Amino acid sequence: MNGRWGYPAIAPFFVIFLIFGVAPVVYSVYISFYKWDPLGVSEFNGINNFTFLLQDSDFWIALRNTFSIWALSTFPQLAMALGFAWILRNRRLKGKSFWRTILLVPNITSVIAITIVFQQLFGRDYGIINSLIQLIPGVERIDFVEGTLSSHIQIATMITWRWLGYNTLIFLASMLAIPDELYESASVDGASRWQQFVFVTLPQLKNTITFVLIVGTIGGLQVFAEPQQLGADGGSTKQFLTLTLFLYNQAFLNNKYGYAAAVGIAITIIVLIISTINFFITRRIASESSS
Amino acid sequence: MRLKKRTKVPRWQRTSFLNYLMLSLITFLSVFPFYWMFVVSSNTDAEISKSPPSLVPGPRFMEVVHKVLTAEGVYFTQALINTFLVGISIAIAQVIFSAIAGFAFAKLDFRGRKFSILFIIATMMLPSQLGVVPLFIMVNKLHLVNTLNALIVPALVTAFGVFWMRQIIDAQIPNELLEAASIDGASVPRVFWSIVLPSIRASAFVLGLFAFLAAWNDYLWPTIVLQSPEKFTLQVALTQLKPLYGLDYALQMGGAFLATAPLLILFIFVGKRLVSGVMDGAVKG
Repeated sequence: MNGRWGYPAIAPFFVIFLIFGVAPVVYSVYISFYKWDPLGVSEFNGINNFTFLLQDSDFWIALRNTFSIWALSTFPQLAMALGFAWILRNRRLKGKSFWRTILLVPNITSVIAITIVFQQLFGRDYGIINSLIQLIPGVERIDFVEGTLSSHIQIATMITWRWLGYNTLIFLASMLAIPDELYESASVDGASRWQQFVFVTLPQLKNTITFVLIVGTIGGLQVFAEPQQLGADGGSTKQFLTLTLFLYNQAFLNNKYGYAAAVGIAITIIVLIISTINFFITRRIASESSS
Repeated sequence: MRLKKRTKVPRWQRTSFLNYLMLSLITFLSVFPFYWMFVVSSNTDAEISKSPPSLVPGPRFMEVVHKVLTAEGVYFTQALINTFLVGISIAIAQVIFSAIAGFAFAKLDFRGRKFSILFIIATMMLPSQLGVVPLFIMVNKLHLVNTLNALIVPALVTAFGVFWMRQIIDAQIPNELLEAASIDGASVPRVFWSIVLPSIRASAFVLGLFAFLAAWNDYLWPTIVLQSPEKFTLQVALTQLKPLYGLDYALQMGGAFLATAPLLILFIFVGKRLVSGVMDGAVKG
């Protein structure tokens, strides 16, 4: 259609997008080469922010924690989401609409509210989870927040709880788009349900799995509210300091804007690396299982 | 008899008791934390701290609500209003701007269209923390710090919203329909208003809902740009309840329940549409 209206139509979007979406990205690269504080006093600092970052043990701890929380919240969730989507895709399932809707409930809730509930559920002294753990003979109460792995499990549980249903629906949509004939012919060839899942469903879902993994990686590197609510400094031994919490504390507690901008750039590089790896791995797995 | 009936169903379409058991389990786990907010906020601390803890609601709920609403230095009612205003403004703005720009990117021929779309997609891969520090510096220079506009203005329209609307319009509206209208002499704005808008109503509503929910639940950005308690959104106000009286679970959970209840009520009416929104987005994305 006539393009004369094109520019006026995209203008409002483009102005906002350039000012609040693109400019901060460019500006952030600039700031990362400066010593910059809230008063705006700036001094060129070369690549010092970056060399200091690589020597900052807190950065490496935050990287480790973020990666651990990401892995703990991504892979079990992915497996469960595929499983539930596999159940829900069945045409003969009763109450389809009900199950789908209820699965999405956790996703709409306030992240701070959820952190409060899970903190209570995982509590050392009065938490239900510890009450359940104690039913196992000989097992002590776990102080989830104090341990490194246990605090990661607690945070990963909150993330999984919130996103499992959402990702299940994404997988379900892709599974429903797979033509029935593929299953019918696999069934005629004598494939078991498990074989059908591995050889028919998974290869067809490779793009969706890549998509979910990439979105999950971007989300995983943004984990902030949960650890901040467990302990603003990331825990007594920084056991749950995440990259975004580290960035926030450098910028808004220590007033080191330049340094924080460098952290932001490091996070972006990590996202790009992991996204690329994800892309190639899923492509490879999918092409192997389909051959 | 039963065996005969089962063989009629193709093997790959069978459901079993186990399926329903798993679904019931996940339903329980999805709903339990909400129920638990209510249980803890309506019981005395003694009821909750005993082992095993009380699993049924107690009589104290209204008392805790009163305590949340009157907590010193916390403007919970104001925070509810602020959050609502921010959410509604962002939702309406995003729907309007995304629909118009999405339409242009899907159906209008102008120079630089393809390049712009690729550019938008590329920026969607960037994590939002990258821009947080410079965005704060900019918002500060614009004198927006500690105003609700600091939340609204940067979120008036997003790359995601425009891209999403573009996909929907591209998929749902045939070019022939638009061409026919334009041969009949309808102007582009007229075509947008009377053909495009009516056919994307459902999707636009879902986009608005997602924008509203995202604004309601946002925490990182509000906690950076809002400074005085009467400007806080619910998420920030909730964090104020924590250190107030030492560890008071009932108070915190009461606040959490109050901050979540509006979303749950909203969900009863729009849950199904959100589900189809998520699933539609998945197939195209």
